[in-house]
Amino acid sequence: MSDNPAIATFLDPKLVRDGLSRRKVLDQVFVIVGLLVMLVCLAILAVLFIDLVRDGSERFTWDFFTNFASRRAERAGILAAWVGTTLIMIVTAVCAVPVGVAAAIYLEEYAPKNWFTAIIEINVTNLAGVPSIVYGLLALGLFVYQFDLGQSIAAAGLTLALLILPIVIVATREAIRSVPNAIREAAYGLGATRWEVTKDHVLPYSTGGILTGMILGLSRAIGETAPIITIGALSFIAFLPESPFTSEFPFISFGWLNDPFTAMPIQMFNWVSRPDPAFQSNAAAAGAILLGMTLLMNGVAIWIRYRYRKKINW
Amino acid sequence: MMDSSTMARAQLPPQVGERSGEEHSLRNDQPVPAGTPERGESPKISVTVGDTRKVRTLEVKAAVENLSFYYGQHRALKNLTIPIADKQVTALIGPSGCGKSTFLRCFNRMHDLQPDTRYEGSITLHPDNLNLVGEHVDPIEVRMRIGMVFQKPNPFPKSVFENVAYGLRLRGVRNRATLAEEVEKALRGAALWDEVKDRLQDSALALSGGQMQRLCIARALATTPEILLFDEPTSALDPIATAKIEELISTLRDQVTVLIVTHNMQQAARVSDYTAFMYLGELIEFDEAAKIFTNPGKKATEDYITGRYG
Ligand SMILES: Nc1ncnc2c1ncn2[C@@H]1O[C@H](COP(=O)(O)OP(=O)(O)O)[C@@H](O)[C@H]1O
Ligand SMILES: [Mg+2]
Repeated sequence: MSDNPAIATFLDPKLVRDGLSRRKVLDQVFVIVGLLVMLVCLAILAVLFIDLVRDGSERFTWDFFTNFASRRAERAGILAAWVGTTLIMIVTAVCAVPVGVAAAIYLEEYAPKNWFTAIIEINVTNLAGVPSIVYGLLALGLFVYQFDLGQSIAAAGLTLALLILPIVIVATREAIRSVPNAIREAAYGLGATRWEVTKDHVLPYSTGGILTGMILGLSRAIGETAPIITIGALSFIAFLPESPFTSEFPFISFGWLNDPFTAMPIQMFNWVSRPDPAFQSNAAAAGAILLGMTLLMNGVAIWIRYRYRKKINW
Repeated sequence: MMDSSTMARAQLPPQVGERSGEEHSLRNDQPVPAGTPERGESPKISVTVGDTRKVRTLEVKAAVENLSFYYGQHRALKNLTIPIADKQVTALIGPSGCGKSTFLRCFNRMHDLQPDTRYEGSITLHPDNLNLVGEHVDPIEVRMRIGMVFQKPNPFPKSVFENVAYGLRLRGVRNRATLAEEVEKALRGAALWDEVKDRLQDSALALSGGQMQRLCIARALATTPEILLFDEPTSALDPIATAKIEELISTLRDQVTVLIVTHNMQQAARVSDYTAFMYLGELIEFDEAAKIFTNPGKKATEDYITGRYG
């Protein structure tokens, strides 16, 4: 025990034991509070999901997926909507991921640390907080009118790509930053150039994080309604975009990029605003499917992260 | 090879001993324009072997002259002049923060990765008179000729094979058979082949710490560097793994010039032929290891090696 009387009582074994049990109670309290908060969140999500499923239960048929929209609720389906959403997501991913990853690589591996890059960094972070309708307005002016893309899948995909670009950039930077500097030094030490270090090491070792960021971004984009309404998604459409696959060489066509579209949230919005209550179950069914798609994507993100964590743990 | 058990004594211009004639001078009187190396006669270090008074000369692989290094305004190295003998082990000792790592990283221009750093003076690589820290010398070329092993084992999270092959791949080697042959040679050179020959395709992260460090040595050896730098290579390892690495370093002497930083005096005494003692960015004493550890010329060196500060 210490000679200092001011602390001697604090070191007394009996008091130490009493103090310890009090500290452990606090520890337990935190566990319980944390668990409760988490359960509340899960319960809200579950109630929402179950409610949607119940309301839309009679619509979960094969026809619902293969029918176009219709004036008769029981004949209406989400074919145009899910095809539109899928194609838009493809455009979004193809545009946002390479640009976002490249921007993140530049900021992390190449950019000198000065006031200019600091401003870029702050802006990227702030962009993530810009309301999505603002992106819609920007896209309406820029993509629809300026670039003359019209109310097309391409315009919608680009709009949502802009929207998730900050998410992809931030997630990729996180992933890149988690590659230890010792690994970069090892590669540089062998005579690698900056690009070789990036492509042979930094990118492969951060793929898990990058993919996770990409999927989280896409799962945000998939539910966005405001920006694609702004650029003019149709809410009633009875045809599919041109098929991306053709029977003639080169077997791939990009005509669908210019086609008008609808998407899942738009279809839902349309049904919800109908007076006929029968359409409400259509909306609920579509909502459940959309929520399911989002949860599935998040699940895939978690799985990818887990897989990569297991493979590479520093 | 010098018999390290005999009392040997180096005469090393300009700090220690006298110059032994013009041809043995460490300085290159004709400055060679950077970037246009010219093959020339390497300077020599004369060694007088104790009792027998036999004189032998060693070639200098790299001559460090008036080297200073700055992190921004902070001058971390002050006017160092040290000859690095060819195919010998030179150890750097000194208290933590005295600039050992900084000095070592000048040799492969690692500092160039950090902004606002500056070299003064020269490190002349012989026999082609290339100033490693010259402004017009490409740091990547320097790193392709000078290998480095770091303090903490840092294998890539790839297979054992790919770790060793990476340096060769960077240099454009594509032929599978050649790669396999060179990887085996490097792994044998690092005394690791027998332990990993059946798991070349396994992740390098599955190896033990000591094996990882030997893998890093193999990775560096695969590209046959002219100088191999070690920055406290055993500080993260247990005594048995440390002993293996020390033994390995002693055998590497035959193939490559070794420069090793260590905070462990026994290690320096065991593995090195020459030892430099640094303090606060300055060179206090440089001599043959046997001399430094038995009969140091400076009080400060003696205090340090006997554990009186540091
Ligand atoms: N990256 C750096 N930036 C600025 N100063 C540094 C950096 N690395 C080392 N230093 C400083 O340089 C001096 C020498 O450090 P270092 O070479 O790491 O010493 P040692 O390897 O002998 O322990 C120390 O004063 C340290 O604070
Ligand atoms: Mg150090």
